[in-house]
Amino acid sequence: MSENMNLTLKVWRQKNADTKGSFATYKADHVSPDMSFLEMLDVVNEDLIKKGDDPIHFDHDCREGICGACSLHINGRPHGPKHAITTCQLHMRSFKNNETIVIEPWRAEAFPVIRDLAVDRQAFDRIQAAGGFVSVNTGGVPDANNIPIPKVIADEAFNSATCIGCGACVAACKNASAMLFVSAKVSQLALLPQGQPERYRRAQAMVAQMDAEGFGSCTNTGACEAECPKEISITNIARMNRDYFTAKLFKEEEV
Amino acid sequence: MKLDAKIPEGPLAQKWSKHKFNLKLVNPANKRKYTVIVVGTGLAGASAAASLAELGYNVKAFCFQDSPRRAHSIAAQGGINAAKNYQNDGDSVHRLFYDTIKGGDYRAREGNVYRLAEVSVNIIDQCVAQGVPFAREYGGLLDNRSFGGSQVSRTFYARGQTGQQLLLGAYSALNRQINLGKVKMYTRHEMMDVVTIDGEAKGIVTRDLISGAIESHAAHAVLLCTGGYGNVFYLSTNAMGCNVTAAWKAHKRGAYFANPCFTQIHPTCIPVTGDHQSKLTLMSESLRNDGRVWAPKTVELAQKLRKGELKVTDLKEEDRDYFLERKYPAFGNLVPRDVASRNAKEMVDEGRGVGASGIAVYLDFAEAIGRLGEDTVRAKYGNLFDMYQQITDENPYKQPMRIYPAVHYTMGGLWVDYNLQTTVKGLYCLGEANFSDHGANRLGASALMQGLADGYFVIPYTLGDYLANIGPKAVDTSHPAFEQTKQSVLERINKLLALKGDRTVNDYHRELGHIMWEYCGMARTEEGLTKAKGLIRELRADFWKNARVSGTNEEFNQNLENAGRVADFLELGELMVDDALDRKESCGGHFRLESQTDEGEALRDDDNYAYAAAWEYKGDNQPEELHKEELVFENVKLSQRSYK
Ligand SMILES: Cc1cc2nc3c(=O)[nH]c(=O)nc-3n(C[C@H](O)[C@H](O)[C@H](O)COP(=O)(O)OP(=O)(O)OC[C@H]3O[C@@H](n4cnc5c(N)ncnc54)[C@H](O)[C@@H]3O)c2cc1C
Ligand code: SF4
Ligand code: FES
Repeated sequence: MSENMNLTLKVWRQKNADTKGSFATYKADHVSPDMSFLEMLDVVNEDLIKKGDDPIHFDHDCREGICGACSLHINGRPHGPKHAITTCQLHMRSFKNNETIVIEPWRAEAFPVIRDLAVDRQAFDRIQAAGGFVSVNTGGVPDANNIPIPKVIADEAFNSATCIGCGACVAACKNASAMLFVSAKVSQLALLPQGQPERYRRAQAMVAQMDAEGFGSCTNTGACEAECPKEISITNIARMNRDYFTAKLFKEEEV
Repeated sequence: MKLDAKIPEGPLAQKWSKHKFNLKLVNPANKRKYTVIVVGTGLAGASAAASLAELGYNVKAFCFQDSPRRAHSIAAQGGINAAKNYQNDGDSVHRLFYDTIKGGDYRAREGNVYRLAEVSVNIIDQCVAQGVPFAREYGGLLDNRSFGGSQVSRTFYARGQTGQQLLLGAYSALNRQINLGKVKMYTRHEMMDVVTIDGEAKGIVTRDLISGAIESHAAHAVLLCTGGYGNVFYLSTNAMGCNVTAAWKAHKRGAYFANPCFTQIHPTCIPVTGDHQSKLTLMSESLRNDGRVWAPKTVELAQKLRKGELKVTDLKEEDRDYFLERKYPAFGNLVPRDVASRNAKEMVDEGRGVGASGIAVYLDFAEAIGRLGEDTVRAKYGNLFDMYQQITDENPYKQPMRIYPAVHYTMGGLWVDYNLQTTVKGLYCLGEANFSDHGANRLGASALMQGLADGYFVIPYTLGDYLANIGPKAVDTSHPAFEQTKQSVLERINKLLALKGDRTVNDYHRELGHIMWEYCGMARTEEGLTKAKGLIRELRADFWKNARVSGTNEEFNQNLENAGRVADFLELGELMVDDALDRKESCGGHFRLESQTDEGEALRDDDNYAYAAAWEYKGDNQPEELHKEELVFENVKLSQRSYK
């Protein structure tokens, strides 16, 4: 087992949405390489509380990479240096003794800071509410096996469905575009037979809401895909664009 | 008050359909005159909120996360049971009912469990219609697997992310109603108390977690769908925010709390590495299908392994004790969760634990890799092996995994009748937060089923009956009970904020967890429990003197949020201990050392303990009063479990 580490943290501190933030520097000593990144912050926070300072606020819940709550920009990268994991899955063994680590919140106009490292991602929920569903009520649906779906299609839809709504794609993009997130849902439902009746209407409604929320436009840099912890592919974006333009050309009246 | 479970008369298979017919209906034109509050938007809450809104009721829904999609349900891996019998392997509603009653060690109600099995088939249809991408076979039909030692393949799954996909399905249904204006969603809001007027629930008081604003909300009925309380143990597989606050506040307002000591401990979790540990990670129990559990034969060998003087891969075959295979030749590594967990603890208690802390046993795949080849093992368990390696930095293809049991699920919860109503009229409880269907032990893949059964298919019917009876008279927050409840919430917050001692809230939580784990965990004794009761009381008193809570109410203050939750856990812990003391038998996840068979297995006492223990709150630091709901078994024969 490797030795404990001493680290310097430069952390974004911001009281609330209305005040300006700035970096503060903290020492994190005797950090075990077996700690997760968030556990390291827990320990720092315990010290801050004991000293009478405000602890560093950050969102987290499951701490196993599935709820999408954690959202730190670490040394310039959403979810830190390792590929295809979330911040809560990052362990301190990925860092070196005496290293300085810079920790920031997601930066995007559509994600205003709530406090310190916690941001407001409700824009994502509003986009989902605009069309990310199949309009069926509870009850009165056919037997599940009456809707056979080829395994390859089901698997492809599943890949799109694994998005955890963390927002790293937006944070990674220089335009703060939400295309990867939106296209993942649009694709999941566009691939499945259940999603067909509302396919074009859905693409239009979700894109319209995305634009209304103030996310930037997509210029195909691919940064989103590279930083997505769930490896959502940018082919989803192409798929969504196709549906969106088909809708615009031929189905405008539907929306 | 006498407990009335309101289980309908008649043959088991007809109870629910008869009951549905007897329930009053709300006139369709009147539905929009009712408001229903749903607290919690995990599987149970999101499905309930969406379904009720579809019927025409106005719904106000609340969750403490920043989005309903992040509820703890998202973390479920394994799958969801349903008696579809798609595999033609002999499953049926009756078999799922029987397995659930037996698995729960005969401490659940027949009527409720039968209904659960009955509606399980509708759940799968509903989820597929929503676009939930369950695993499929090449022919395009749904795939199933056998789970947790079940003899039939009735578990539906979506890779290792079943909870996520089911929750996103329920979330999409909820979103549709938000979009239609039928559900008003309040995220980052915590319910702080229930408002009751003349003994009936008429609303709630919440705290806006961003601004700190304390707000009142009125409704015709309140549904608590707030999940389990496993985090009373500090370390568990639950998400960090899981808490008992909503259920506990309801308890203090008159809702009985049932079987609080029934907790489930899952055998295959990644062990603790140090004091910094904040939560534990579960690995699917499917690992036990091919992995062999063992500990070193002697304490000396275990010590050498711990100090690194001996490498685990160098340990000779004859120095390994495959204790589950040795003790349970018939079931071997596939014994139920509680048996596997307890035996691992025995090894550690004997000093034969491994890993730096000595609190772990091995789960070894060497034999499976030899038999099946590394590629096959990778295909089956690759993602679990990766997860293990990521957390521990050890390669499980090259050396055995270290595992240890961890708290996973709470069978106890608010007492509810057949209609899911608590002992407070108008206050309902759904999902893991209630006690209803799993008895003393829950079967794998049955929690997701219960949450969605409650939300999609039970509450839309049973709530209507209550609403029809009280009538659609408009509600508002003008009654003085709202202001009084708000004041008491504020008082408590101020009391917490006034704590400026030298110990952090987390520190108290950790210590409470140690006490609960040590004395109210996998094995319980009269002596240990009595000791724990004293320790918890002391700790609670100390908390209210020496804890330190930072900041103010009028801001986003995670330390304050946590303080409120831990304060409630400090009260719940004592009730759990009381409940474990009362139940002198062993059953399911509750193992009293005083009640074992000659072979050292759990010994039930059906003559004296075939009841659900429902506790009534009697005031701060007062003993709670126990009410017994006798369980009647007319359709199953009670038998002792044996896995030899
Ligand atoms: C790691 C893990 C794996 C699991 N795997 C499986 C499995 O494979 N199969 C299976 O059947 N079960 C599994 N379970 C169990 C299952 O996931 C849960 O029992 C179930 O999802 C609980 O659902 P729920 O809707 O009752 O509560 P939750 O999903 O926990 O939702 C609770 C909701 O209540 C809200 N809430 C809580 N308190 C408050 C408050 N005071 N104010 C406002 N809102 C509040 C939360 O915000 C949340 O929305 C697993 C559990 C764990 C921990
Ligand atoms: S697409 Fe990837 S990065 Fe974007 S929200 Fe989904 S999981 Fe996060
Ligand atoms: S805390 Fe849930 S994904 Fe990181």
